[in-house]
Amino acid sequence: MKQALIDYTLHLADNSLILGQRNSEWCGHGPVLEQDIAITNISLDLIGQARNFYQYAATLIGNGTTEDSLAYLRKEREFKNCLLVEQPNGDWAQTILRQFFFSQYQYLLFEQLQNNKDDQIAAIAEKSLKEVTYHLRWSSEWVIRLGDGTEESHKRMLKAIDELWRYTGEMFMPADYEKDTGIDFEKMKVEWNQKVKTIFSEASLIPLLEGRGAAFMQTGGKEGKHTEHLGYILTELQYMQRAYPGCEW
Amino acid sequence: MKNFIRKFYYGDIPDDKAGGDNNETSKNPPLGGRGADWPLWEVFIRSKQGLDHKHVGSLHAADAQMAIENARDVYTRRMEGISIWVVESKYIHASNPEEAGELYEPAVDKIYRHPTFYDLPDEVNHM
Repeated sequence: MKQALIDYTLHLADNSLILGQRNSEWCGHGPVLEQDIAITNISLDLIGQARNFYQYAATLIGNGTTEDSLAYLRKEREFKNCLLVEQPNGDWAQTILRQFFFSQYQYLLFEQLQNNKDDQIAAIAEKSLKEVTYHLRWSSEWVIRLGDGTEESHKRMLKAIDELWRYTGEMFMPADYEKDTGIDFEKMKVEWNQKVKTIFSEASLIPLLEGRGAAFMQTGGKEGKHTEHLGYILTELQYMQRAYPGCEW
Repeated sequence: MKNFIRKFYYGDIPDDKAGGDNNETSKNPPLGGRGADWPLWEVFIRSKQGLDHKHVGSLHAADAQMAIENARDVYTRRMEGISIWVVESKYIHASNPEEAGELYEPAVDKIYRHPTFYDLPDEVNHM
């Protein structure tokens, strides 16, 4: 029971941390200055969420566990984030689409979690929802801009959908530790698909969704079975603490 | 020798430099590769209720909506504001710095225009 809550809290934290780390790779490389700042702002929001969840998980675990030890000293197989968030940035279209898929999911999830029976989870969800609302608005607009933009940007969005769609199903398949959380995954899935469809039709991307409902979905991230990318992310993320244990600056 | 660089003042930006409505890309503007393809916008921020909007800087954006969001990310990330105005730079008309002499210098020696020759009653504050 308690283990399930710990695992679930870590899952929420890992989702935010890994996507935050991914987005931060854009720092100094954004397509224009303003969007460079926008994507790194989102990155900081996500890392802030991750800290809140890690701090809570640390108090649940006890034994001197801290938010830092959870972020910096766990191994790849111990991370429970969805496969979607660890996927490479690719081009701007792929980064945007990954953010849009995830923000739409997080928005629906946190809406439900606000009323979670666990007060702490509910409070973090409520606090984060304002940030997520903006992430969703920002990324939706970019999906529309690129999808309905030039021939080139449209082509890149199609490629991004091909690249990322197979990682979207996992978000709605509850892991063992999610079964007792009171989240209605089926409802979330239906709503997510409706919202994505609405934005895609505004972005002239709709024909691509036909027949995708039955597409094969990659899974395993929630149980610690990741794509090859997570190892590289953690290598960079954890390097300092691994090389100089306990270092501070 | 004098005109190597043509400097544009506000209100004097030619359409091909300013982007905007007559530019084909402005309707559903994609990422043109460089922000320089997007028009320039001036940003005004109100720092708190009751104060006026103050000019804080400028940025590039494809349309007004994006300009407001960019301004939110660039200029209000440290709680600088509660309201944002943006206006495309080409719609701002400005005085010419080269005419500063005739415009402003005549006021320099007219100190009698400042209300400093009156004795204010003690009850009047904040003057």
